[in-house]
Amino acid sequence: MKPEQTLEIIAVTTLLDRVEAQRARGARLVQICATALPDKFELTYSFELAACLASLRVEAPRQNPRVPSICSIYGCAFLYENEMHDLFNIAVEGMKVDFHGSLYNTTVKFAFGEVKAPAAKPPPTAAPPQPA
Amino acid sequence: MARTIIPFGPQHPVLPEPIHLDLVVEDEKVVEARPSIGFVHRGLEKLVEKKDFLEFVYVAERICGICSFIHGQTYCQAVEAIMDIPVPPRANYLRTVWGELSRLHSHLLWLGLMADGMGFESLFMHSWRVRERVLNVVEATTGGRVIFGTCKIGGARRDMDAAAIQNTLAQLDIIERDLGDITKVFLNDSSVKRRLCGVGVLSRQEAYESGCVGPVLRASGVAQDLRQLGYAAYPELQMEPITRTEGDSFARCAVRCGELLQSVSLIRQALAKIPPGEIAVKVTGNPNGEIIMRTEQPRGEVVYCLKANGSRNLQRFRVRTPTFANLPAMLKLLQGCELADVPVLVLTIDPCISCTER
Amino acid sequence: MPYFEMARLALKWALTKPPTTRYPFAPRQPIAGSRGQLVYTRDGCVYCTVCAKKCPTGALQVDRAQKRFILDRLRCISCACCVEICPKNSLSLSTDHGVPVASKEDAIYGGG
Repeated sequence: MKPEQTLEIIAVTTLLDRVEAQRARGARLVQICATALPDKFELTYSFELAACLASLRVEAPRQNPRVPSICSIYGCAFLYENEMHDLFNIAVEGMKVDFHGSLYNTTVKFAFGEVKAPAAKPPPTAAPPQPA
Repeated sequence: MARTIIPFGPQHPVLPEPIHLDLVVEDEKVVEARPSIGFVHRGLEKLVEKKDFLEFVYVAERICGICSFIHGQTYCQAVEAIMDIPVPPRANYLRTVWGELSRLHSHLLWLGLMADGMGFESLFMHSWRVRERVLNVVEATTGGRVIFGTCKIGGARRDMDAAAIQNTLAQLDIIERDLGDITKVFLNDSSVKRRLCGVGVLSRQEAYESGCVGPVLRASGVAQDLRQLGYAAYPELQMEPITRTEGDSFARCAVRCGELLQSVSLIRQALAKIPPGEIAVKVTGNPNGEIIMRTEQPRGEVVYCLKANGSRNLQRFRVRTPTFANLPAMLKLLQGCELADVPVLVLTIDPCISCTER
Repeated sequence: MPYFEMARLALKWALTKPPTTRYPFAPRQPIAGSRGQLVYTRDGCVYCTVCAKKCPTGALQVDRAQKRFILDRLRCISCACCVEICPKNSLSLSTDHGVPVASKEDAIYGGG
């Protein structure tokens, strides 16, 4: 069953206007997803109205990614934006509530920002352990 | 007035899972709550790089212990939608039955925790006594009490024969009778009412704008239930979202009590209508594409964003759990509340922090 | 009366048999079909290594040359993938839950 959804790629400069348009039509913010690809970051903002999901995608460069915060339009976005910053090191400008990196206290900072090639599976027959 | 900062959590008797809140209080009234999470962050989203998409069902199920089955089901549904795999109808019905059993046990767990959070220990024990019967039914049909392990990409791994269905229906009768007993206490007892009525009121507009989902949203009057989207076997079952208008903690408790009886009715409907046939189809090839799949967990709407590029491993796996969406509402409710109401308000959104932090 | 809802429930259960079993004085009644510990029967095994390839956690290692079957019980999640895939039906799941152990050793069957 494929749920009803649309995806549109937009420029960073039009992000705030498009989000404001979603707010004006009464949609609620569903989620903000950041994906780390080898050449760029993809930020997907999803909005829902009456069971129909509309997603807006913004592409940010790998070096020094910056996006404006949508907290002025949707107040609840601060958690998603803090998470994006803590895990991916994406600078979000103008967050209403800024935890300055202390929302996710991880030993390795910005853990999801690196993209690795999938590791090769280890061969199933291992060398037998030496008998004690 | 002088302000004190009281650290609440991560270890606290009322918390099912670790979350840290710095409560800024002015003489027993909470002015502000600053959260700090990350105590159970396991980085499960990064595991897609190591486990291939077929094995990843087991990881998805273990994101959370309480809502585990529906995590696995949503993951399977998302990959099946990307790869256009036709799931047999019997597998859809089985998944629905197990999903509703999972909802039963999760709501009973929450009712017990809420009673415990109020100090009503004997009601907590009674709720969990009823939950044991549900878990025995789950163990008999799936093999595991908490982690069901019966969802796979392409269908279900285990079938329920006629004897298992009969046994389940017989146990459901006893469960329903016991549910009647404890919901009567939750909805009528005067000490419960005094602790819950009028505490943490969320108006309809506030709930919608804060991005709330699930029973929190339905208790404020918005009739939104993602089971109406029509996944699994829900299009063929009769259900209406249970809503209340008061928006306080008592309304959220009442919505969950109503959903308990609704789940029993849904399981009965599904088991009556379950069609014969195979339970799984073979899966060949690799997924390629992306999708956003949403289902209704006991706590609300869970969103799975999957991106695949044709290799054995998925490229991106993102889970937005219902508690993540309800956290801003909880922080808002905590502003201006009494210090003694903090456990009730933290528990009223049904926090599942291990889901939230993955 | 709202005050007596809980009293009625408490009284009813004070007079009913407790639903718990008096373990360990009464035996545990395992539920049939429950997924517990992995049981390996050496007789039928041909060391085809299919179970080790299918295991999602990597708890099984099979050495065809030395005819050795190594199981890490602490890694096993009792998912029964190996049980389903074994062509010789030499693996099954019992209904016992695992016992606590003092050291993290693998269980080794066979050997050269």
